[in-house]
Amino acid sequence: MPVPETLEFFVDPARCIGCQSCVQACTECDTHKGQSMIQLDYIDRAGSTQTVPVVCMHCDSPTCAEVCPADAIKRTEDGVVQTARKPRCIACNNCVLACPFGVPKMNSEASLMMKCDMCYDRTSVGLKPMCASVCPSQALAFGTREEMARMRPSATPVNTFRFGGQTIRTKVNVMVSADAPDNCIDVTAAMFDASTGHDVLDDVFGEVGQE
Amino acid sequence: MKREVFRSGAWGLGVTSVLALLIVVGSRNLAHFDAALVAYTFSLLFATFGLTYRYSMWLSRPPTAMFWRRGWQALLRRPWGQGHARAWLSGMALDLLANRFLFRRDRLRGWTHLLIMWGCILAVAITFPLVFGWLHFRPVAGDLSLYQVVVFGFPAFRFPHDSAFAFFLFHGLVWASLLVIAGVMLAVRRRLRDGGAGAVQRFAEDFMPLILLFAVSVTGLMLTASYTWMKGYGFTFVSILHAVTVIATFIWLPFGKFFHVFQRPAQFGAGLYRSVSISGDQASCRRCGHAFSSRAHVLDLIEVERQLGYRYDIEGSEAEHYQWICPPCRRATFAAAQSRAWRGHRGGEPLTADRRSPPMPVYVNSGLGQGPLGEEDAKNRHA
Repeated sequence: MPVPETLEFFVDPARCIGCQSCVQACTECDTHKGQSMIQLDYIDRAGSTQTVPVVCMHCDSPTCAEVCPADAIKRTEDGVVQTARKPRCIACNNCVLACPFGVPKMNSEASLMMKCDMCYDRTSVGLKPMCASVCPSQALAFGTREEMARMRPSATPVNTFRFGGQTIRTKVNVMVSADAPDNCIDVTAAMFDASTGHDVLDDVFGEVGQE
Repeated sequence: MKREVFRSGAWGLGVTSVLALLIVVGSRNLAHFDAALVAYTFSLLFATFGLTYRYSMWLSRPPTAMFWRRGWQALLRRPWGQGHARAWLSGMALDLLANRFLFRRDRLRGWTHLLIMWGCILAVAITFPLVFGWLHFRPVAGDLSLYQVVVFGFPAFRFPHDSAFAFFLFHGLVWASLLVIAGVMLAVRRRLRDGGAGAVQRFAEDFMPLILLFAVSVTGLMLTASYTWMKGYGFTFVSILHAVTVIATFIWLPFGKFFHVFQRPAQFGAGLYRSVSISGDQASCRRCGHAFSSRAHVLDLIEVERQLGYRYDIEGSEAEHYQWICPPCRRATFAAAQSRAWRGHRGGEPLTADRRSPPMPVYVNSGLGQGPLGEEDAKNRHA
């Protein structure tokens, strides 16, 4: 069953409080039992508390799949880039190094790459991914565009990213200021930026449950 | 016609022709070729063409071509001392023959695969030489209690036809089918009970091979049951049914999941390449300065990405290409880019002075067992 078209993933790393709920919840996912696929990093541990949770962004043209010599990574019709197919993955590490968002993990012992598959067992039946269902600050949110527009009027979702000369479009959205100058995030332009502080004042749970 | 299609077609025709020639030679000009098995032979010739064609097309993909080349280079350059050879061979044997890496993924899946794999190997080792006319048995002149095994037209060894050895040999396909059926049942059990597997499985990719293997094994057993206990009841019908299932499996070989049998050895090429390249120059992240992979691997990936049409070159930046940025710094850069998009709204002030070389990001909960999954992952993420 495909993921319903009306439901989308919205990521807002600036809201992340580093509580690790997503990391723990991720291990509950049925498709990679016991292993957390969330990448949650301190950006500058000595100078800031800023953390960044990174899930697979499910690119329209996934670099990880294209550079896979074993053809092990497939994108389903609904745009979800699945984790490596177990019979095929040869643990070459190409995908780990090539993913522009730094998502895949290599399980060398099992000769298998593993990555977030947007909790396909849940999202394909209309449920939220594990991480989004527990994130207290909703840095990881899953719902309709209308819900997001209502709850976060000052933000707008963007799913186009620039890495040097390469533009990547993704299924997962990142929330940026509604006043942001363009609808594309230039990732490499911020490569040497220092960690940044944020005041997130939106009402996180504003209208949840009123539907 | 695209060049790789033409080349793959030529390879397919070439390899199929060689097999056809070997069938003629091995069966001594078809003298020992069993005409009743001719449909099997032609389906295998078709499968050979299909498998070679697909393999060649697979090798023409830029990343596969790169690993193929590098794997062979690593094999030829490697210092093949006794210790190295022993370690490599034992690794091969454990992973390929005993499925060690599958047991590390999941013990039950390891057993499932081991049963199916060895059942299929046994069946192939018995069936293919018989189908090609490379193997036949004949009574020994002067002593009709003995059977002579003839391989490729050359007499091999003899054995009494009523011995225990003969019983085990002539029922080889029975043992093979029992192994396969046990493995298939375990696989189906997992696919019916495991919610994760259920979410991502596809009928053609995941169930079709199991159905085919089960059908081949059960109809094969029905043949044995028919001539052993039922005085040949329904033998003709079951033999045709068995032939249909076997031929369908052979024809399916190049298209579905069975192709992984031919892809899997690439794992050893990748492993060799990694072990050779890791002892060479290391690639340092051009953001945080830490080594994160072999330089050779990064350079190869840059070339592969360019061949695929990706343009991760960063003009005007000392990083030059995004491939020189380690995975953790990519994640940090992603966050920094989002912060830029909020500049002037949510505070958005840098917390630390702009540094030429930002620190390496660290995993939030590496102490809780959620950190790197393996050695390779640890290296990529500087843990």
